[in-house]
Amino acid sequence: MQTKVRVHTTVNGEPAEFLCEPRQSLLECLRDILGLTGAKEGCNDGNCGACTVILDGRPVNSCLVLGVEAEGRTILTIEGVARGNTLHPLQQAFLEQAALQCGVCTPGFIVAAKALLEAEPDPSEARIRQYLANNLCRCTGYDKIVRAVQQAARMLQGVEA
Amino acid sequence: MSRQDYTVVGTRPIRPDGVDKVTGRALYGADVRLAGLLEGYVLRSPHAHARILRIDTSKAEALPGVKAVITAADLPPAEDRIIDLGEGAMPLSYIRGNVLAQGKVLYKGHAVAAVAAVNAHVAQEAAELIEVDYEPLPFVLTAREAMQEGAPLVLEDLKTKEFGKPSGKVSNVAEHFRWTLGDVEQGFAEAEVIVEREYHTTTVHQGYIEPQNATAFWNQDGRVEIWSSTQGAFVVRDSVAAVLNLPVSKVRATPMEIGGGFGGKIRVYLEPVAALLSRKSGRPVKIVMPRRDVFEGTGPTPGTYIRVKMGARKDGRIVAAEAWMAYEAGAYPGGMVASGAMCIFAAYDIPNVAIDGFDVQVNKPSTSAYRAPGATQAAFAAESVVDELAGKLGMDPIDFRLRNAAREGTRRADGPKYRRIGCVEVLEAMKNHPHYTAPLEGPNRGRGVAVGFWFNVGLSSSCTLSVNPDGTVNLVEGSTDIGGTRASIAMQAAEVLGIAAGDVRPNVVDTDLVGYTAVTGGSRTTFATGWAAYEAAQDVVRQMAARAARLWDVEAGQVTFERGVFRHGERSISFKELAARLDETGGPVMGRATVNPRGVGGSFAGAIADVEVDPETGKTTVLRFTSVQDAGKAVHPGYVEGQMQGGSAQGIGWALNEEYFMSPEGAMLNASFLDYRIPTTLDLPMIDTVIVEVANPGHPFGVRGVGEANIVPPPAALANAIYRAAGVRMRRLPMKPSAILEAIRAQRE
Amino acid sequence: MKWFDYAAPRTLAEAVGLLAAQPGALALAGGTDLLVQMRSGRKSTHLLVDVKHVPEMNELSFDSTRGLTLGAAVPCCRIFEDRAVARVYPALAEVAALIGGTQIQSRASIGGNLCNAAPSADSIPVLIAYSATCTVAGPAGLRRIPAEEFCTAPGRTVLQPGEVLTGLHLPPPPARFGARYLRFIPRNEMDIAVAGAAVSVALDNGAIRAARIALAAVAPTPLLVHEAGVALAGRPVSEETVQAAAEMARAAAQPITDMRGTADYRRHLCAVLTRRALETAIARAREGK
Repeated sequence: MQTKVRVHTTVNGEPAEFLCEPRQSLLECLRDILGLTGAKEGCNDGNCGACTVILDGRPVNSCLVLGVEAEGRTILTIEGVARGNTLHPLQQAFLEQAALQCGVCTPGFIVAAKALLEAEPDPSEARIRQYLANNLCRCTGYDKIVRAVQQAARMLQGVEA
Repeated sequence: MSRQDYTVVGTRPIRPDGVDKVTGRALYGADVRLAGLLEGYVLRSPHAHARILRIDTSKAEALPGVKAVITAADLPPAEDRIIDLGEGAMPLSYIRGNVLAQGKVLYKGHAVAAVAAVNAHVAQEAAELIEVDYEPLPFVLTAREAMQEGAPLVLEDLKTKEFGKPSGKVSNVAEHFRWTLGDVEQGFAEAEVIVEREYHTTTVHQGYIEPQNATAFWNQDGRVEIWSSTQGAFVVRDSVAAVLNLPVSKVRATPMEIGGGFGGKIRVYLEPVAALLSRKSGRPVKIVMPRRDVFEGTGPTPGTYIRVKMGARKDGRIVAAEAWMAYEAGAYPGGMVASGAMCIFAAYDIPNVAIDGFDVQVNKPSTSAYRAPGATQAAFAAESVVDELAGKLGMDPIDFRLRNAAREGTRRADGPKYRRIGCVEVLEAMKNHPHYTAPLEGPNRGRGVAVGFWFNVGLSSSCTLSVNPDGTVNLVEGSTDIGGTRASIAMQAAEVLGIAAGDVRPNVVDTDLVGYTAVTGGSRTTFATGWAAYEAAQDVVRQMAARAARLWDVEAGQVTFERGVFRHGERSISFKELAARLDETGGPVMGRATVNPRGVGGSFAGAIADVEVDPETGKTTVLRFTSVQDAGKAVHPGYVEGQMQGGSAQGIGWALNEEYFMSPEGAMLNASFLDYRIPTTLDLPMIDTVIVEVANPGHPFGVRGVGEANIVPPPAALANAIYRAAGVRMRRLPMKPSAILEAIRAQRE
Repeated sequence: MKWFDYAAPRTLAEAVGLLAAQPGALALAGGTDLLVQMRSGRKSTHLLVDVKHVPEMNELSFDSTRGLTLGAAVPCCRIFEDRAVARVYPALAEVAALIGGTQIQSRASIGGNLCNAAPSADSIPVLIAYSATCTVAGPAGLRRIPAEEFCTAPGRTVLQPGEVLTGLHLPPPPARFGARYLRFIPRNEMDIAVAGAAVSVALDNGAIRAARIALAAVAPTPLLVHEAGVALAGRPVSEETVQAAAEMARAAAQPITDMRGTADYRRHLCAVLTRRALETAIARAREGK
């Protein structure tokens, strides 16, 4: 008997409850059930990072997490990064550095970079590149993305407005 | 050089669609949500070449949750004809055949059938229940194999076009052309140094992160609505109409935001399939390609075999150049060998040239454009030979190129003479860049350079502008925005109107709402759609000048306009102030323009690369990379830099690691981002850029398209750097670690 | 994917019970291999048993007498962030930080890496170099297996129906001990190893008292080059010794040719990686790391 499972979770600070099939990934549940389409499917096998969300404080490829595994957990998606009506410094820095072209990898990068800067407020260029290696970008060559993360780090440390 | 005193052009405003993209609100093709939406899945051929004997879809149709199943039999009958879509003309039967195989499958991954169901999991399960009987056929995977006498024929009725005329001969060669300039035999006889080499490149993919997608709704009134991530909504409209034998007025194509294209999202794959499933099920249908299908079922770029021979005199002048180029077009013709041939020697003024080009069918996916299609492979060959020639002559590689550089008036082998172009300026910028003379110390390190060219295209664009009472302007255009063109187009309108960039609000709209606009590709968008915006803005200015004249009761022709202010004698009124008074002077103002500009300017690009090669493993590390390109006029320098860095990154991946690894059965073994290795953040250094601005005389702001030429030099620049680092000349792409190690060891013996 | 049911047992007994009662049920830890394989059709099941809520699976504790206890579901990120691990088992911390990328490391576990039994698994040679033992729970109780015996063929392990890996145990290293894992990949992250070598050495008065060399991606299973360890015991630390060890590694390798590399290339890399890893392991042992 194919019964869906009820999942209780917290998404972007709010309780979120949904019904899903066990075979549906967290990515599918976020996009197709909760309507949060910011996380993207690029490969569905954990290699591109376009689906990155924060799960209990850690960046994960949501394509490799099942929706049912989110039971009782806390999730942050790109839709939860801005602070109300104000952009997060990472979002602002990505815009100012022109660190996006097609923009499809951008949500994944911003979410992953947010986790990085919360754990390490002043990462070196090498560390930024290493941390973000699970996020693929085909448009930018990463140069401006790295600069955006560096700018955001400065903004968060109060060194830059 | 280009004007530097613009107010808006040349600045770096934040793109108007930026906030939506950094917050996840922007809607890409896969984000479409509609009531009653079904999801689809495409069944694909497991064989590289086979006859389809029988398809039985009954088990699939019986699976609970399945709402429609289609095969090629569901395609409405359509007379074959030649249609022109995007970047070339093709028989309709080829396009229909690629969308759903008819009679034969021509490559592993060729679409055979499709299912629409309540979700993608059920659709996939159902597709796996479709029974297809195949009769496998012999197949060919490389150009040279396919060109041999007696090779299995991919398209059985394809007759070779020789030198522009049908030859009546049936073969896998769709076309053979030969372009000549002067007399190569004579030229080589004069040459004192000659280098002749063979090069091979394998199939590579554009690698956009967003898979192809399409949502279609075939309405009860016979109208078909399509939402997809595409480089050209009008191509979608026209293709779907042609494939489904509908008048174009029955099809509306909405371009969603697009997650990368690079030429691979011009052709339709899923749109007609989704439309047919929608008609059969009565519901909207969305199909998103799984990543493996993107590799196996869309349009990568041709693998190639290229032979180049170049001869020079001891004084450094190249006197003759010859190229023999066979490109794998895949299952259908159109392998971009002609554009490769246009670019192969394009950077040089050579009096005697002969180029033979062959467009060859093989049992691989039908190739599509990939950023300067055909030119990268050609430059890998030619720029490696140029490097060898320079070495034999004892000349600096840039000086050798300068000695022979193409200039205004130089004639290319394919016929055109250059107008003002920036080849010399790009070379000089490379030579004067600190990178070129920076010390590179340490063993196993080397520096290489190369240049490349892309001719860019013009094609048609349309634009309308409406003036708002607060002095802002709404801009409507039809060019999908892959890299920030929405902004650069708006900036050109703002420059003309004398208002801030942020006061022009661009909208990319569907085919019902804007005049015909050709694809976002060919490096044409900032150039041509920007020009349409420029002309539409001029139209607005003319109309508003007339309004000012009415206010002042003077003749319209006597009102001047400069930097946002209308003047007549002592009187003046700003654009903003006048906008508030349109109602009282006659009503709303809308400007419009359609353009099909001829003044396209090609773009030269150059690359300087420093590498370190581990002599024990063959692994190459890119230590430093500089990209130089002539943009004519950089409307938004930040986005021009982005194009240069992105093209460089793709060129580096192409050079070092990317390839279709084919099994003996003609299947791609590495159809995932795990083993199709595009560069990660850890594989690239910062990429320095130098924008050269040699104004294109054919454009109001001097713009040259910049999207493409930057991918052309990197593989050759890296090959030349690897030579200096490891002492080996690599003549195959990719120059992966095992290949380099093998070359190093072979050399030691 | 075909439909499957999902269970999240809270105790080891419950987990074992589910796996024993449902033939074909599969254990789910990080899911970074399993879900990919289920999507491609390589594996399938009607019941996924999520073991991440079983306390034993999440244990991570170090004791200088007993050593390191590593639960099978502990994700890589907890491993490399653990100070004791980083200090006492640096090669383990390093390998946990190089599997996949950041997002993979948030979920993937070394226990899962072991149970997936890919010949190219990065962590298994490291476990072997550290003389790890695996604890397996099943209907018949608990048993322990040396890490080098756990994998039996590509994708196959000693696990019997109803059994599940609960954790790993790494003994405390002796003084003057060093270990290092090096692998070769074409890019710099995200790749499957073309070849890998894990080396551990224990020094005694400038000579090698004991050594273990284990290879990845060059045999049907991760390969302990037993003879190299035997040959190195008692040898002085010298270039000749290192070179000899590298040659033994090359000779022991039984690689295949596939799209990630030719057999010849892999054999060559074994020698290079073993030599480089051994040099670092020796340096670490000398520093008393």
